[in-house]
Amino acid sequence: MRHIISILVENEAGALSRIAGLFSARGYNIESLTVAPTEDASLSRMTIVTSGSDDVIEQITKQLNKLIEVVKVVDLSEAEHIERELMLIKVRAGPREREEMKRMADIFRGRIIDVSDNSYTIELTGDGAKLDAFIRALEPGVIMETVRTGTSGIGRGNRILRA
Amino acid sequence: MDRVKTEVLTGAEIVVRCLQEEGVEYVFGYPGGAVLWIYDELFKQDRIRHVLVRHEQAAAHAADAYSRSSNKVGVCLVTSGPGVTNAVTGIATAYMDSIPMIVLTGQVPTHAIGQDAFQECDTVGITRPCVKHNFLVKDVRDLAATIKKAFHIATTGRPGPVLVDIPKDITTQRCEFHYPESISMRSYNPVKRGHPGQIRKAVQLLLEARRPMVYTGGGVILSNASGQLRELVKTLGFPCTNTLMGLGAYPGTDRQFLGMLGMHGTYEANMAMQHCDVLLAIGARFDDRVIGNPAHFAQNPRKIIHIDIDPSSISKRVKVDVPIVGNIPDVLDEMLKLLAAALCEGRRPDPAALADWWRQIDEWRAKDCLKYDRSAAIIKPQFVLEKLYEVTQGEAIVTSDVGQHQMWAAQFYKFDRPRRWINSGGLGTMGFGLPAAMGAQLANPGATVVCVTGESSIQMCLQELSTCKQYRLPIKIVNLNNKYMGMVRQWQQFFHGNRYSESYMDALPDFVKLAEGYGHSGMKIERPQDVEPALREALARKNDLVFLDFITDPAENVYPMVPGGKGITEMILAEDL
Repeated sequence: MRHIISILVENEAGALSRIAGLFSARGYNIESLTVAPTEDASLSRMTIVTSGSDDVIEQITKQLNKLIEVVKVVDLSEAEHIERELMLIKVRAGPREREEMKRMADIFRGRIIDVSDNSYTIELTGDGAKLDAFIRALEPGVIMETVRTGTSGIGRGNRILRA
Repeated sequence: MDRVKTEVLTGAEIVVRCLQEEGVEYVFGYPGGAVLWIYDELFKQDRIRHVLVRHEQAAAHAADAYSRSSNKVGVCLVTSGPGVTNAVTGIATAYMDSIPMIVLTGQVPTHAIGQDAFQECDTVGITRPCVKHNFLVKDVRDLAATIKKAFHIATTGRPGPVLVDIPKDITTQRCEFHYPESISMRSYNPVKRGHPGQIRKAVQLLLEARRPMVYTGGGVILSNASGQLRELVKTLGFPCTNTLMGLGAYPGTDRQFLGMLGMHGTYEANMAMQHCDVLLAIGARFDDRVIGNPAHFAQNPRKIIHIDIDPSSISKRVKVDVPIVGNIPDVLDEMLKLLAAALCEGRRPDPAALADWWRQIDEWRAKDCLKYDRSAAIIKPQFVLEKLYEVTQGEAIVTSDVGQHQMWAAQFYKFDRPRRWINSGGLGTMGFGLPAAMGAQLANPGATVVCVTGESSIQMCLQELSTCKQYRLPIKIVNLNNKYMGMVRQWQQFFHGNRYSESYMDALPDFVKLAEGYGHSGMKIERPQDVEPALREALARKNDLVFLDFITDPAENVYPMVPGGKGITEMILAEDL
């Protein structure tokens, strides 16, 4: 089962490697990992997408909680939540593909943020599945480069993760 | 207003002052370039004694055993680069057994970090997976608070080693010294009290048990809960087993004690684990050497209550019915209170069921699973340990290395009190025994400290005989010399068609001469009738280190044995062969 784990962690050097090291040392899988400081500069918020049985997820959250620099851990996928990922994708857009590519971007509510003679760079946000769908919808061979941020997530409504 | 005179100190002075504030008696260490200023400060004072080991691994083991045998915090100090990498085995050993320990390491100056400087290594990176936490101090103003945090983290919650990496330039920079009395960290608040509802549920289960079993591990020793454990087991009249790390938590000579459990545990302890209907696990973690194959263990239905300070130890390998996260003595106090009230109301475990259960246990006991050939003409290792137990009247602190001798010591030396049995259970570190004996002896001056070892293990930290001489540590080394890495040979005999690949220890030194070469004395003992007199003579020499080289049966095996991956009741017994 896929789980989205949100972690509040002291914004200190080495905290990221402790968390990444925990996953590799214990053989847990990381589908994606994103991290950035929060409005409180002393705290970073990390989102890790992982998968595993309920037992494995329980161990992951317990082991994360044990790390000294980890302030809070929550499994977002336990309840209502929103997840988003940003993708920048550079696609071939020569005279022949230009119109079609613009239409595709519009359909997926992407924005073209950079243009050259033969390429577009499209910005697209959504959950991972939507980004995957966009990639699948393009003809193979038109993609020149993709970069994805990995998933960020937040609980719905009054579900709040704070220190 | 500010009554305290502020002092401006160098980083090196701060390190020493912090250790003094923590009441540290001994620092085990080895100097080197990056820690010269700290050593300079140690030189100028006399409150902290430095113990100069001969290899940094030994510094970590000695500090670790100092903690294990005293409930104080062992401290070691090593230089950057190879000083750290040598200490890693010792740090990992302490980590696996949750031993509170402080490791201070020198680092190249901050401006040289990352430049591949001489004796530079990424200490924080290398040690990250084998410490409870580590710090790199980049500002002298953070030094005192960091050391305070290190002691706080090492000794609270589930204990463990904490490392503080100190670059050389930090040790010469100055700042105002202030040692905080206490520290609070928003990200680190270990639980103390167990959940009252869970504790009530646990007591109810214990009262309803018909085939109960109490299984306890190193956590009971680390949290100093032996007193409460004894009271609980006695009050209930239940059988009790201890893990390798837990020996001494419950008296080894008591009738309710079933011996150690696990891969080389007793028949009765393993059978009772498998067939009980209510299992109370305290400060233990159901590891592979203890319950064998978890699927096999789960075949028999039972209710499990698990008390541990570390939530991640609960339901890790075995599903638990009543988890209780908390400090063991506090939880047991609560349980004892509820139990006393229940007994007052006449609620107690069914006496007839309990009597039946004990009858069953006594049947298992009658197997006499630890029996060995007492008429042999060659010295049996078990015999040496039985005699050691007799001659020391069970009052020695016993350290061990790793292998057959470790298991025989655990089986045959009955520990009635905690912190008397010092061994590397988790990591299984050969070479642990002798430096551990040094730490234990310094923490317990006047106590009889015996290092039970083998001819292979002892050679892994042999250089420490020199340290023992320098500090006049009168350790008794009981070397069970069977010329093999005995446990490796045993596995090769059982599972590898008697192909003794590289487990024979050829070209052994003359241990008597070797001990003499280091300024100690040695004895070689080759006949069973000489075992007891030799032990008596060695132990009578209160001020000397004596190296007893017992030439033992090379073919002897440790029984019972649960082969790897098997269930704990699938034991190979001596009689099966």
